[in-house]
Amino acid sequence: MSAENHAVVHVHRDDIATKMGMWLFLFSELLLFGGLFLMYSVYRYTHQHDFHIAAEGMNIFLGTANTIILLTSSLTMALAITAMQKGKKILSLSLQIITFLFGLAFLINKFFEWSAEFREGNYPGSPILTAKPAGQVLYYGLYYTMVGLHGVHVIVGMTVIAFMIRFTIKGIITKDNYVKLEAAGLYWHLVDIIWIFLFPLFYLIT
Amino acid sequence: MSSNSVAVGKEGNLPSYLIDEGKRKGILAWILSTDHKRIGILYMIALLSFFAVGVTLGFLIRLELLTPQGTIVNPQAYNEFFTLHGVIMIFIVVVPAIPSIFGNFFLPIMLGAKDVAFPRLNLLTWYLYVIGSIMILLSIVLPGGAADTGWTFYIPYSVRTGTNMIFTLTAVFVLGFSSILTGVNFLTTIHRLRAPGMGWFKMPLFAWSLYATGWIQVLATPIVGITLLLVIIERVFGVGLFDPTLGGDPILFQHMFWMYSHPAVYIIIVPAMGVISEIIPVFSRRTIFGYKFIAFSSIGIAVFGSLVWAHHMFAVGMSNNAEFVFSLLTFLVAIPSAIKVFNWTATLYKGSIELEPPMLYALAFIFLFSIGGLTGIIQGALNVDIYLTDTYFIVGHIHYVVFGGTGIGIFAALHYWLPKMFGRMYNKKVAKVAFWIIFVGFNILYFPFLILGWLGMPRRSYHYLPRFQIYHVIATVGSWILVLGLIIMFFNLLKSIRSGKVITDKNVWGGESLEWHTQTPPIAENFVDIPVVNDAPYEYKQNDEEILEKEEVL
Amino acid sequence: MEENKVQNEHVHTPGYGIYFFVWLALITLTALTATVSGVNFGKLSITVALIIAAVKSYLVLTEFMHLKFEMRAFRIFVLVAILFFTILIVLLFSDYSFY
Repeated sequence: MSAENHAVVHVHRDDIATKMGMWLFLFSELLLFGGLFLMYSVYRYTHQHDFHIAAEGMNIFLGTANTIILLTSSLTMALAITAMQKGKKILSLSLQIITFLFGLAFLINKFFEWSAEFREGNYPGSPILTAKPAGQVLYYGLYYTMVGLHGVHVIVGMTVIAFMIRFTIKGIITKDNYVKLEAAGLYWHLVDIIWIFLFPLFYLIT
Repeated sequence: MSSNSVAVGKEGNLPSYLIDEGKRKGILAWILSTDHKRIGILYMIALLSFFAVGVTLGFLIRLELLTPQGTIVNPQAYNEFFTLHGVIMIFIVVVPAIPSIFGNFFLPIMLGAKDVAFPRLNLLTWYLYVIGSIMILLSIVLPGGAADTGWTFYIPYSVRTGTNMIFTLTAVFVLGFSSILTGVNFLTTIHRLRAPGMGWFKMPLFAWSLYATGWIQVLATPIVGITLLLVIIERVFGVGLFDPTLGGDPILFQHMFWMYSHPAVYIIIVPAMGVISEIIPVFSRRTIFGYKFIAFSSIGIAVFGSLVWAHHMFAVGMSNNAEFVFSLLTFLVAIPSAIKVFNWTATLYKGSIELEPPMLYALAFIFLFSIGGLTGIIQGALNVDIYLTDTYFIVGHIHYVVFGGTGIGIFAALHYWLPKMFGRMYNKKVAKVAFWIIFVGFNILYFPFLILGWLGMPRRSYHYLPRFQIYHVIATVGSWILVLGLIIMFFNLLKSIRSGKVITDKNVWGGESLEWHTQTPPIAENFVDIPVVNDAPYEYKQNDEEILEKEEVL
Repeated sequence: MEENKVQNEHVHTPGYGIYFFVWLALITLTALTATVSGVNFGKLSITVALIIAAVKSYLVLTEFMHLKFEMRAFRIFVLVAILFFTILIVLLFSDYSFY
């Protein structure tokens, strides 16, 4: 641990501790979004009709496509770890890169989706939006905040995966030492889980 | 001492952690160190500096309140004073203090480990802490002025005010992140790094308190993180979530804010209770009464403490059902705390009491925290709280529990552990004199608050009715006495670090936990060989009897 | 370092197949939730959507995130976190569902 001020250097590796640390950090992320879900539940409960109206403007096709993209990226991430466990470095690397690209596809879809919304005048603080009934303003407020924060986490996840790609190439992640990849996988799966809830709550309101 | 129960190697002539052994020297060897002991000291230096700022603000507030109208500052400045005082004292002092100073320094040693689970993450939390704290100071001088909303940042004012809200809120977010990562680190450390033989119920109670605290840090802090982030987003983008003119709900903000800030008071108090649980057995020479009860009550406080947040909102217009539910739960949360007080008192009974400085502070804690806790229960009664809420009664309650609780707990910890940290003993006579000055000043300052609140004086109020003035004058004089005591106390402790009597004894107080079985000050690796633990940490009477028997035989 | 090897080996030999099945289940559930949203369940709609989302999350947690194979402590942790969030929402609604 403290390598500088003594003669003997101990290298103590505890993979379970690493995973435990990541799980605990994931809980804090879960509660971060949890706060937003709490607000969503209150505002939806108190503005049920307006939420329904506002949700009709959502692009269900893009939303569903993005859900499938993220679910598949979770698959490729899990496969990447299995490949590494089996010592298949090139396969693992390819799967990690594919996961990264899926994340990119997600963001690109999001970009098109938001561009369309902005063109219709549905952006925070816009004259068109603020003129709408309160419930619809709140819907869009939650939509941009939650989906936006989620997007930030997609970017963070992609950055983490980029680091894992580098570690894999350099041989830092190996068949006998892949806990970093597992930790990165855990983070990515959390990003997926959050979207699993965002999707029906924003796109599929009947 | 039970020298049979713990097998440690001879440290011999290994240098203490204070000596620079690696390739870095001087200040770099400290601010780039991942040694948990050095990080604990870094936290101590930063934290106590900010404590001084917070105390100064309190001192100025008391000066202002000497007269019913303006005394030394204008109303805007006054609002910024009490906001800063709250933000600094809560987020920068009492939330991090005991975990980040004493938890960092002693948790690994108490568990028989060489460091925490994630040493580099540990250093990162210190940098986040310093950055967040400096940002709060900067908010004073940047255009717009310091936040003036109170430390509770209620909307809509926090969205409307022209002061440096975004900067302040970002700083609090950064500080919260530091707290979360500390929690992650300590939870993992306690799960994974206990020495061989140290089961969960052989851990010192201080470790249990840090475990319960860690869970609150990880789970509750993000809620206030997102809430404050949303205020920033509201100010920048106008999304409407916290803007009443667009449909935002101010009560919802309060719910979200207190969902963290109530559990936060348990982050604040539980580690201090852990310190008291360490000190009382040592200076009564008795095993702690009801170890498991105290351990589980820490967890119980964490759990129950998550259920009571809306008792801060009894007068804002919640539904009757919510008010009833939260009032009931508030009464229940007092139970685990009361269990601790009973157990400490039972430990003292028939003990061999030594009134050393740490013990004086520990006993003061029990007294002052009990007053604070009881005033809390009074506020939990709905019909009474309608009159007391947002009055000085609450301010009195806060200071009895937070200052009389955690503040005193910090002083207790300093007097208990500083000799081990630096290998120097402070002047005990001066320490005791400072203690009494602090104790007397504290009560002269804060007891009038309870009376003022009862008589109807509102909190955060720049002007007040002339009939309240006598109490304010008494309180302000109390604040001078208190500050005098603090100055003497800190001067005594700081002086001891440089020129106090050198201690080579491993165990100046006769404690049983592992930190008292290692070198004074500890070596960099804490132990030469990781100890194997056979006994529970507080077996005083048995061990003292064993030693007496041995001496008789000899 | 012997102990670390033992710690890290899963009890099972990892295979690719199970992940494809999980993925298929997830896609199916996604299609289900999208279809079902067209049906008017009234007040029950959000419950149905949340249940399906919960099932999907359960699959991701236990299979992709290996919760099935990790120490029991991890499963307890996840339950604690979920329990905490549940408490928050239930108590919050004590204020909002009664006017």
